[in-house]
Amino acid sequence: MSNDIVKFEVDGKPVEGRQGQMIMEVTDAIGVYIPRFCYHEKLSIAANCRMCLVEVDNAPKPLVACATPIGEGMKVFTRSPKAAAAQKATMEFLLINHPLDCPICDQGGECELQDLAMGYGRDVSRYTEKKRIVKDKDLGPLISTDMTRCIHCTRCVRFGEEIAGIQELGTIGRAEDMKISTYIEKSIDHELSGNIIDLCPVGALNNKPYRYSARAWEMEQHPTVSPHDCVGSNLFAHVLRGTVKRIVPRNNEAINETWISDRDRYSYEGIYSSDRMQSPRVKEGGQWHEISWEDALEKLAQTLRESNGEKVGILASPSVTIEEAHLLARIADYLGTANIDHRLRRRDFSDQGEDAQFPWLGCDIADIENCDAVLIAGSNIRKEAPILAHRLRKAAVGGAKVGFANSEVYDYYFKVAEYLAGRGLVEQLSGIAVAAAQGKKLTSAVTDLCKGVKADKQQKRMAKMLKDATHGLVLLGNIAGRHKAFSAVRALAASIASTTGTRLGFLSEGANSAGAHLAGVLPHRRSGGKTRDEDGLHAGEMLDADLHAVLLFGLEPDLDLTATEDAVKKLAEQRFVVAFSPYTSDALDDAADLQLPIGTFAETAGTFVNCEGRWQSFAGVAKPVGQARPGWKVLRVLGNLLEIEGFEYLSAADVCDELQELLGEVTPDNAYRRKKALRKPNGEDAPASDVDIPIYEVDAIVRRATALQLTPEAQRLRSTDP
Amino acid sequence: MDRVQSFIKSIVLWELWKGLSVTLRNFFRPAITIIYPEEKTPQSVRFRGLHALRRYPNGEERCIACKLCEAVCPALAITIESDVGEDGTRRTTRFDIDLFKCVYCGFCEEACPVDAIVETRIHEYHMESAGENIMTKDKLLAIGDKFEAMISADKAADAQYK
Repeated sequence: MSNDIVKFEVDGKPVEGRQGQMIMEVTDAIGVYIPRFCYHEKLSIAANCRMCLVEVDNAPKPLVACATPIGEGMKVFTRSPKAAAAQKATMEFLLINHPLDCPICDQGGECELQDLAMGYGRDVSRYTEKKRIVKDKDLGPLISTDMTRCIHCTRCVRFGEEIAGIQELGTIGRAEDMKISTYIEKSIDHELSGNIIDLCPVGALNNKPYRYSARAWEMEQHPTVSPHDCVGSNLFAHVLRGTVKRIVPRNNEAINETWISDRDRYSYEGIYSSDRMQSPRVKEGGQWHEISWEDALEKLAQTLRESNGEKVGILASPSVTIEEAHLLARIADYLGTANIDHRLRRRDFSDQGEDAQFPWLGCDIADIENCDAVLIAGSNIRKEAPILAHRLRKAAVGGAKVGFANSEVYDYYFKVAEYLAGRGLVEQLSGIAVAAAQGKKLTSAVTDLCKGVKADKQQKRMAKMLKDATHGLVLLGNIAGRHKAFSAVRALAASIASTTGTRLGFLSEGANSAGAHLAGVLPHRRSGGKTRDEDGLHAGEMLDADLHAVLLFGLEPDLDLTATEDAVKKLAEQRFVVAFSPYTSDALDDAADLQLPIGTFAETAGTFVNCEGRWQSFAGVAKPVGQARPGWKVLRVLGNLLEIEGFEYLSAADVCDELQELLGEVTPDNAYRRKKALRKPNGEDAPASDVDIPIYEVDAIVRRATALQLTPEAQRLRSTDP
Repeated sequence: MDRVQSFIKSIVLWELWKGLSVTLRNFFRPAITIIYPEEKTPQSVRFRGLHALRRYPNGEERCIACKLCEAVCPALAITIESDVGEDGTRRTTRFDIDLFKCVYCGFCEEACPVDAIVETRIHEYHMESAGENIMTKDKLLAIGDKFEAMISADKAADAQYK
């Protein structure tokens, strides 16, 4: 290894680097800044902006630091007169065609060109000739363009090629006539495409919904966590006078690197939707009236006191914070009910005793990159968890074999080893399971499922692919989780994983399925996975029972509650339904008797547990809309009114700490232990019954994000809606 | 010697006569008192009084909502909200100056890249009820429209020194 170390000098100081590294990589690591526009550590090296010119001894001309490999004994000068002159000259050329419209540019104040012009440019322009003008492109509802400002660093082009996997932007023309273009007029549709806004060093590509609404320097930056998928991407919310103005990524190499999905970036618009509930509302004689928080909570407490505790049902969204989940579980415990669930879209509960303590990815998110064979079953992973799909793509580009088993073919922008489609998931997986077992005896749980099944060529190849892998992964997605015969799907996936020596992983619904599992928002388990003495009613059967009171927490019964059919109608027939929700809707008006406005993720402190079991706490970043209050506070007051012991929490952190103490060390474990044979599905395996929730329909906030709803992706679905 | 001198000065009331001589001198000088408001002192073209928002000759608002005046204001007297305007350009939807906070330093005028916000020579204004101290965008534009001739003449006169 010692041969790999290269010793050289930067600005007279001795430095060590590895063979093959570029000057820029080493200087970045030691904290010597070299100006750059086109270089980005996550993208390939283009060396076309020429801003990073440095002097290297014995080289006749300045060299680009981003594309010059280090050499033994090399002497690099980053701020020598020759290097500085070269950088200054490059800056002057870059500014020739760059407009002087910083005052109206959204990038103004956070612009790399502005900063570097201050640091490395001339103070006065010598250029008096004409500047060029480039026509703006219409790239869809998410990204606004001011192409005259473009300095042709091609970061956006490289992002498309290397990260998204689909080249949506490219360059046409040369030199003065060079343009960034979509070739034919089209919108940019990739679910990660919003990241080119952050990549663009100037104001050529900007955030369209945010356009002209604030300036970089006047906003406060608060860390938060994405509430839309089980990844828990780290975000910064930029807040002006208590209002979220935009969302940008927060670097976390272990989770989202520097990227976030468009869903995370643009969903904030939903926070300020016009149908936010402004104050608590009560239905009296078929009419909705606004009432005060005191009266509303007293009415709710009164109803709960008068109800038979066992006849109370609680349904929570899988995106509630773990604090809210814990308080709901405690209230349920106090009332003596086990009718509590968050699995609103699951349709097969028959095997729930075999559920893992929490749905775990099977490995760390970053570890997906190191897999050499992955089978994704029952998942439209690009839409379910775009950041995981990106990791998967990285693995595939690095040589991993990735296969899909779905009822439909979903497009992926990498070489897919096998696409299994057109048949039910159970049928597909049983074939693979048989092939993977290679005639050996299958585990007893799946013997009936695999009886008489013969693997076809594709299934055999898939099984072989997993068998040959050293780091294999079998991943069950949300479509599998909503499958009518989920128990069979899971048993088969577990069988495949165990016979091929790969790991089994799950993608879960919402942002906090894992947290809700741990907190015990389940009819068959208490917090920490302890089995209940008697199972309560699960989401699929709860509304069929005659209950005294139903609590809906953070969900829209018409769109989120698909575990049972006609949820709104069934709720309307219940005696008393209270909805804790940020939004009102016609369906909620029909279903509920009392509505309490709670804050969205931006307005409440809380913790999400992501699919790798990582606890991520965040604080409220924005002022709540109207009289909305953080969910955990509402539940705490409800607990106080019910006089539950130990409900004197002062902060969300108190609640979180209590639960964490209660849980102790949690070891993720997806092991499948069922021995009893599962019966073959009878009609439940029809491909047509698979439910894929579109990317911009997953939760109430996203459904109200105006710009996301204008994307071709969302519009297409709307036009095909019956 | 000093003690003798000061003794004599105190006997002859020297300091008193010295003071009265100033009075006497000014007694014969012409008066400079201004009978305000009938009479007024001359003003510099750079006088910093009431604010105004200007328009271009074609009626288009000059202000582009860059918020530099808001950023530079040492008294935090300016509050701006912006959005995409009807013609797709960057425009303010709210432009408030709190005259009670304003210290009339003129930084806003200096910061403005398009000469939109200016401080006029108007200094005779008053408020009768709470809330009138907030100069809204409409009020500022109205002042600009009314006094555009004066503002542009002042700017032209001052331009040679800039």
